[in-house]
Amino acid sequence: MRWAVVVFPGSNCDRDAEQAIRLVTGDAVDLVWHDAEDLSAYDAIVLPGGFSYGDYLRAGAIARFSPVVRAVAREAERGKPVIGICNGFQILTEAGLLPGALLANHHLQFRCEIAKLRVETNDSPFTRLYQPGEVIRIPIAHGEGRYHAEPEVLDELRRDGRVAFRYVENPNGSVDDIAGILNARRNVLGLMPHPERAVIDWMGSEDGIRMFQSIRAHVEEGQTHA
Amino acid sequence: MKQFEVEVKVWLKPSVFDPQGHAVHGALVSLGFEGAGEVRIGKFIQMTLEAEDEQAAARQVDEMCQKVLANPVMETYAFEIRERGQ
Repeated sequence: MRWAVVVFPGSNCDRDAEQAIRLVTGDAVDLVWHDAEDLSAYDAIVLPGGFSYGDYLRAGAIARFSPVVRAVAREAERGKPVIGICNGFQILTEAGLLPGALLANHHLQFRCEIAKLRVETNDSPFTRLYQPGEVIRIPIAHGEGRYHAEPEVLDELRRDGRVAFRYVENPNGSVDDIAGILNARRNVLGLMPHPERAVIDWMGSEDGIRMFQSIRAHVEEGQTHA
Repeated sequence: MKQFEVEVKVWLKPSVFDPQGHAVHGALVSLGFEGAGEVRIGKFIQMTLEAEDEQAAARQVDEMCQKVLANPVMETYAFEIRERGQ
């Protein structure tokens, strides 16, 4: 299978994601510039962390107007797995591919540490190799990770099991301890923690490995059935 | 076509906690401004705009706010439009 890691001006976790995916899956990974208009050649798409367009106006606010975001929306509509990590999550909410918004952390500090997350569902292409309720350790590094959504949106997320990850100890004031959510079709995931920073022992955790393996297993299964 | 000066204010909705405003409120009180109430901090955007008339300008600015200047999920906005040189 072939992965696309989208690069915006100001992305800075693109190479980390590329290397992590290559290491974990052995698959081909392309870094794709933000002016790309066609991602149909890819089986999975990653929007990496960073500070796209300097986070001007709001995190992700300008990046969503990149041609590549329209291409991402198109592939998401076709059911391909799309994962937005940190700034990628912020871009997905700004683009309307995921509900809610990410705001400044409630304590105004930038938090860079390994966070404990509870895997709330394994019914998704991104979490199928985890156990529901399992606690995993994945690094966070953000100043604007406070998830916010209106009560009716939160009700819907909870009802449909679309909260993918919750913080065990809330580091940023996110509503309902939410660290990552799925879209209604469950093929788009946004999360603030960085799974690509937890794939080798010396990183302090290898719990991110199964996220990329899950996506791979999902795609491979789709190809066998096709 | 007429030239307009536009001023847009964007701030967090009342239902959303504003940690910046909260921190600044604490600073004001510690400085002795005991009467300082809730503080909300937002953005102020100035621009010039060319449009047919004031109504058309207002329509465009409102659309700008909806689409990019504000994120209606968490923010609210208000704007003023003045014809240039008036």
